[in-house]
Amino acid sequence: MSESFHAHLLEFLQQLINGLAFGSILALIALGYTMVYGILRFINFAHGDVFMLGAFAGFYLAPKIAVVFPLPSIAGALVVMISAMAICAALGVFIERFAYRPLRRRPKLTVLITAIGVSLFLEYAGQFFFGAAPKKFPEILPVLPVTQIGGLSLNSNQIIVLAVTLLLLLALRFIVLKTKIGTAMRAVSYNPEAAALMGVNTDVVISFTFALGSALAAAAGILWAINYPSIDPLMGILPGLKAFVAAVLGGIGNLPGAALGGIIIGVTETFVSGYISSTYRDAIAFAVLILILLVKPSGLLGKTETEKV
Amino acid sequence: MKKIRGQFISAAVVAVSLFLGGCGKPAGDSSAAGDTIKVGEFASLTGSEASFGQSSHNGTQLAVEELNANGGVLGKKIQLLTEDNQSQAGQSATVVRKLISSDGVVAILGEVASSRSLEAAPICQQNKIPMISPSSTNPKVTQVGDFIFRVCFLDSFQGGKVLAGFAGDTLKAKSVAVLKDVKSDYSVGLAKFFQEGFAAKGGNIIAVQNYSGGDKDFNAQLTAIKAANPDAIFVPGYYTEVGLIALQAKQLGITAPLFGGDGWESDVLASIGGAALEGDYFSTHFSPDDISPSARAFVKHFTEKFGSAPDSMAALGYDSAMILADAIKRAGTTDGAKVRDAIAATKDFHGVSGTISIDANRDASKSAVVVTIKNGQFKYVETIAP
Repeated sequence: MSESFHAHLLEFLQQLINGLAFGSILALIALGYTMVYGILRFINFAHGDVFMLGAFAGFYLAPKIAVVFPLPSIAGALVVMISAMAICAALGVFIERFAYRPLRRRPKLTVLITAIGVSLFLEYAGQFFFGAAPKKFPEILPVLPVTQIGGLSLNSNQIIVLAVTLLLLLALRFIVLKTKIGTAMRAVSYNPEAAALMGVNTDVVISFTFALGSALAAAAGILWAINYPSIDPLMGILPGLKAFVAAVLGGIGNLPGAALGGIIIGVTETFVSGYISSTYRDAIAFAVLILILLVKPSGLLGKTETEKV
Repeated sequence: MKKIRGQFISAAVVAVSLFLGGCGKPAGDSSAAGDTIKVGEFASLTGSEASFGQSSHNGTQLAVEELNANGGVLGKKIQLLTEDNQSQAGQSATVVRKLISSDGVVAILGEVASSRSLEAAPICQQNKIPMISPSSTNPKVTQVGDFIFRVCFLDSFQGGKVLAGFAGDTLKAKSVAVLKDVKSDYSVGLAKFFQEGFAAKGGNIIAVQNYSGGDKDFNAQLTAIKAANPDAIFVPGYYTEVGLIALQAKQLGITAPLFGGDGWESDVLASIGGAALEGDYFSTHFSPDDISPSARAFVKHFTEKFGSAPDSMAALGYDSAMILADAIKRAGTTDGAKVRDAIAATKDFHGVSGTISIDANRDASKSAVVVTIKNGQFKYVETIAP
């Protein structure tokens, strides 16, 4: 009896670790959705494809970086990740500058449809330039042998995903709460016109937000590729969709909410696949979303906004 | 060399018989008008199963080149029109419809994946255009209608006999866990036949888990399988997912061997799964290590042309085109119904993937090989006859 209980507990804990690792990657992507929404009140549907480009940036940079920092190594992996983040940050700024900024005074729907267009453009340009066949992502991190702790198998990649996500979340929190640009971001989010009147350069703040969100998506892309080393130009669609759901679940516009939403979606999906059936995985994850939104329409941590008439 | 001479002779015989036959007939029939015979091919040249489509296409292309170099069929060159379905659902129907209605092909060759062959088959049946699938193993494919053929074995044989027997007799497994792709007709069918065959042999299926093609994270399913502690794990999927599954299984500390079917056979499998796949097994149609003398020429020509040895998909792609050409020659026309009858009458055709006879169900009855992965290479283990 107690032995079988122990076995069940082990399986439960193992599934929890699997779910946390998967969910924390979704959380990183969800942050980008939520930040852009917080400032511009629109959903950047191309965000999942920036995640894909992050993984491909790592794929093409890794052999070049390996010349200086032999791979797999921790230093090398860090350089790969930071370079991919820098590239995607620049790309995010570029997309905002040329696709979204010209439409800023237009109806929100116009920008939304443009975002879908940018998303499709990135996916199919990706198929054209990278090829549609899945590619093997190089090993950039040394894989430690599986460690067994009381029967639990901890794999080094999962722990790294959790640790990096936590670090990035803390860094983001610091930027938003303790720095000047972070204060400006919050001001623009609160009221863009008033912030502009107070001398905040909203264009710079918006560019910075896109850079930050895209860099996090690139980090998520690299972590994803380290864990699941088969990458293709359409790999961003599903994680992007799930991260968007996570952002809505946590309360869109709310940073801790996005992280929480990602973790909830990741853990729910893993438990459903492990204990019920993977066939119903997405259905149940979305049912959870609907249930939570029925009870709390603004998401778990979202604030109810009164519609101004 | 011997093969080429044989083809030359048969081409000469065809040319003579065509000349004689041509005297009696008023004119060539309409569907073969022009100086070429148009044959359509649909394949997954890009996308998640691109390796299958490219291999199969290379084999087909080599067959067409050899046929044309030997004077073509019925005195005409074969023109192969290839369409890519990007490994996506819904595309095969579109491209096959285009091949038939706007290009006017006389026959269709394709596909590897059963789901996509099943998309195209009803269209070929409706238009009375013969279709030969080189390597779709799901029984449902040829059940669509009497114009649909295949030149490979079926999953009832591969799963029920080859793999169930291999798991019980060679692996000595008493309990097996199954991890299948619920989105793929091939994977679901192969899993079903294996489960029936293995249970009939007294084996125990102790866990059945599902995933959906395109998934990347299999940790949840593998953790549940690990808790069941099977002797071996059966993964009847395609190589892209199988590589990731093997990788994640090893990371979870699973030591039981993985085994699967012909969906594993691709270089991409080893490049994604790497060392995690060492000592795993799969069954397939053809191994370059174990071939009849008649196939040696094919391996040599293929290697010269494409720079790598052919795999099963290439051999079957080659055979599908050769069987079609043989049938058109015997029919003496490209009329759909007559070519259909000629394909159905194929008996003891010496293909590179084995001797092919088409049975009453329009399937081929052939032996299978089991291959293991050693140092990243596929190594021949055994042949299992039908």
